[in-house]
Amino acid sequence: MRAIGIVLAGGNASRMKELTNKRAVAAMPLAGSYRAVDFALSSLANSKVQKVAVLTQYNSRSLNEHMSSSKWWDFGRKQGGLYVFTPTITVDNSFWYRGTADSIYQNIDFLKNSHEPYVVITSGDIIYKLDFNKVLEKHIENKADITVVCKRLGKCADTSRYGIITTDPDGRITSFDEKPNGAEDEPLVSAGIYVVRRRQLIEMLERANEEERYDLVRDIIIRFKDVKKIYAFEHTEYWRNIASVMDYYDANMDFLKPDIRDYFFRQYPDVYSKVDDLPPAKYNAGADVRNSLIASGTIVNGRVENSIIFKQVYIGNNCTIRNSIVLNGVHIGDNSYIENCIIESRDTIMPNSNYSGEPGKPRIVLERSDRYSI
Amino acid sequence: MIRKEMIAMLLAGGQGSRLGILTADMAKPAVSYGGKYRIIDFPLSNCINSGVDTVGVLTQYQPLRLNTHIGIGIPWDLDRNIGGVSILPPYEKSDNAEWYTGTANAIYQNLKFIEHYNPEYVLILGGDHIYKMDYEILLDFHKSNKADITLATYPVAWEDASRFGLVITDENKKVIDFEEKPAKPRSNLASMGIYIFTWKVLKDALIKLKDQPGCDFGMHVIPYCHNNGASVYAFEYNGYWKDVGTLSAYWESNMELIDLVPDFNLYEEFWKIYTKSDVSTAQYLGEHAVLSRSIVGEGTEIYGSVYNSVIGPEVVIEEGAVVSDSIVMQGTHIGKNSKINKAIIAERAVVGSNCELGVGEEVENKEHPNIYCNGLVTLGEKTVIPDGVHIGKNTVISGITTHEDYTNNWLAGGESLRKAGEDA
Repeated sequence: MRAIGIVLAGGNASRMKELTNKRAVAAMPLAGSYRAVDFALSSLANSKVQKVAVLTQYNSRSLNEHMSSSKWWDFGRKQGGLYVFTPTITVDNSFWYRGTADSIYQNIDFLKNSHEPYVVITSGDIIYKLDFNKVLEKHIENKADITVVCKRLGKCADTSRYGIITTDPDGRITSFDEKPNGAEDEPLVSAGIYVVRRRQLIEMLERANEEERYDLVRDIIIRFKDVKKIYAFEHTEYWRNIASVMDYYDANMDFLKPDIRDYFFRQYPDVYSKVDDLPPAKYNAGADVRNSLIASGTIVNGRVENSIIFKQVYIGNNCTIRNSIVLNGVHIGDNSYIENCIIESRDTIMPNSNYSGEPGKPRIVLERSDRYSI
Repeated sequence: MIRKEMIAMLLAGGQGSRLGILTADMAKPAVSYGGKYRIIDFPLSNCINSGVDTVGVLTQYQPLRLNTHIGIGIPWDLDRNIGGVSILPPYEKSDNAEWYTGTANAIYQNLKFIEHYNPEYVLILGGDHIYKMDYEILLDFHKSNKADITLATYPVAWEDASRFGLVITDENKKVIDFEEKPAKPRSNLASMGIYIFTWKVLKDALIKLKDQPGCDFGMHVIPYCHNNGASVYAFEYNGYWKDVGTLSAYWESNMELIDLVPDFNLYEEFWKIYTKSDVSTAQYLGEHAVLSRSIVGEGTEIYGSVYNSVIGPEVVIEEGAVVSDSIVMQGTHIGKNSKINKAIIAERAVVGSNCELGVGEEVENKEHPNIYCNGLVTLGEKTVIPDGVHIGKNTVISGITTHEDYTNNWLAGGESLRKAGEDA
């Protein structure tokens, strides 16, 4: 494909609460076996984008570990590769990334040294599958300077965290309101995915930097909206942004729906993730699992209902896990009761514990303890 | 200069005919095992975990599945700049062209491959056992004895000893004599078919024996070396070691994995078993699913009931279906309300709805009573069984079958039904 990829994965989100103490949002585990960034990376790989940079800043240890090899997404070729850029001190810069535009600007050599004419920019915090070739085709057809991928949300959606877009009949963006307060019926929101000509992007980033402006949306897209041709591309399939605990909970629970599982697990193209070489999940006598996703390496001895159980979890005898998300490597002692919770990874839940959250307000359980791998 | 202390040669060319329909289209080492693995994953993982990073895999019988499984060795970290995994099929030479006629002959035909790596020792492995073994310990044993050949041996029960090739040793574990399936065993140490040779010794023997028809390690090379004064030692291995050469042994060994704490534990971080897997998604269990004493592979969807079974990846078991004491391999679909009792169902088979497998009395299989026994129902790869069919015990079915193939929707115990599959 005639584009390079940039994945914005630097973010923390205060609404993710304690869940991002351990990792950036892009490294959040999803659907039993994925991490959030897999969706962006797989879409890039499946669109045959060969050269991809992931920009990280906030707590990237977990993310770096996940991307310790580029094999999983079949990057790491002689032509292209997967690059991880964290902020570094240079002769003319000693700042952290001061915003999304600044994060790309600080790595502008990556743009300058590439020869591909286009750049695909995607957030690493969103769950989707998209063929960027289709976006690029439309981009070229529109003779656009920037194409913004959009998603139409359902009614009553909380629009306060999205950029709301209106377009003219040709699809050219006429207004872009970032995080407005007033709700709107079925709003068209920015999906956090952009296609732009590489030279155009370099030019705009350099100008923004001169003016000490650092945000991709506010200082580039909104600012140049009337002078540059910025078009919307509507993505009609599944899309979800992870910005809050509730988003995260709902996104996981979405995978209990057969159509969504079918879309991501079975239909072409696949979503790739790091291979962990774990044994099959094991169900001992006493296991009773209903309407749940179970990942490999997990051993179940108790009851699990409407839940997502991640990799290498141990569920003790006579436990009940309901409407919950149990992250990687958790050990749950016998006779425990867990309802409406998100159990942080590698937690040890003592036997006879009881944790309950409210429906619609999952409780985050953090039980630190040192356990060593056997 | 290239130099490797020890390289492994893995003999993976055998058919494994006692696995019946399972090896109709693939060599035995490629047969699925334990919900996500293939048999060859065990020796390959043992190699990399033991620090052996150069492995030649000798293939001959139906190698295609092995080829795609192994690829360039990425899952086992055997994609190396120097060494790694190489697949070695028989090839035509300037003066002759022959198949591998025996285990040692196969190595002889790849003499140049071994020479290229300039090894001190060569490890000979088979591809038909389930075990975890540190070959480095075997090598240390070999070195400390200054041995020319070290055989890995396994103590078997004395009453079974007469079924094995046995090794008789002195108190220093030096081999004095060999016995092949003796009536009155003098030892209970069975040879595991795993050998370390000092390369010089093996090379000389292979060249000396090059005209020996069907040249075999156990029958020719080791006795030859022993008789010519080579020092042969026996290493006693005491871990889990399981031959999966027959359908019954294969079924039993799979079933052992579902024990509460199995003898062969795949859940340890240490000594991981690696495999190539096409799927890594979580498995889904439906609203009415029942699962007990089972292991289940990735991406599988279960809506029915599963007891005492090993279920592979991407399997679908529909509502009302009951699977018990069975092995169901990758991509198989079990229709609504079907009952599966003690069956081995190979990859991508389709069982219709309201079927029942493994009904009635045990009747000896008419064609191959020694292969299809112990009440097992065996379905080959991509077998299709139409709705409402009942199938007796000790049966084998392969290919796309329709209602016309059954009398009153019934296949009696002991029968074999083979039809052309979609590829034929």
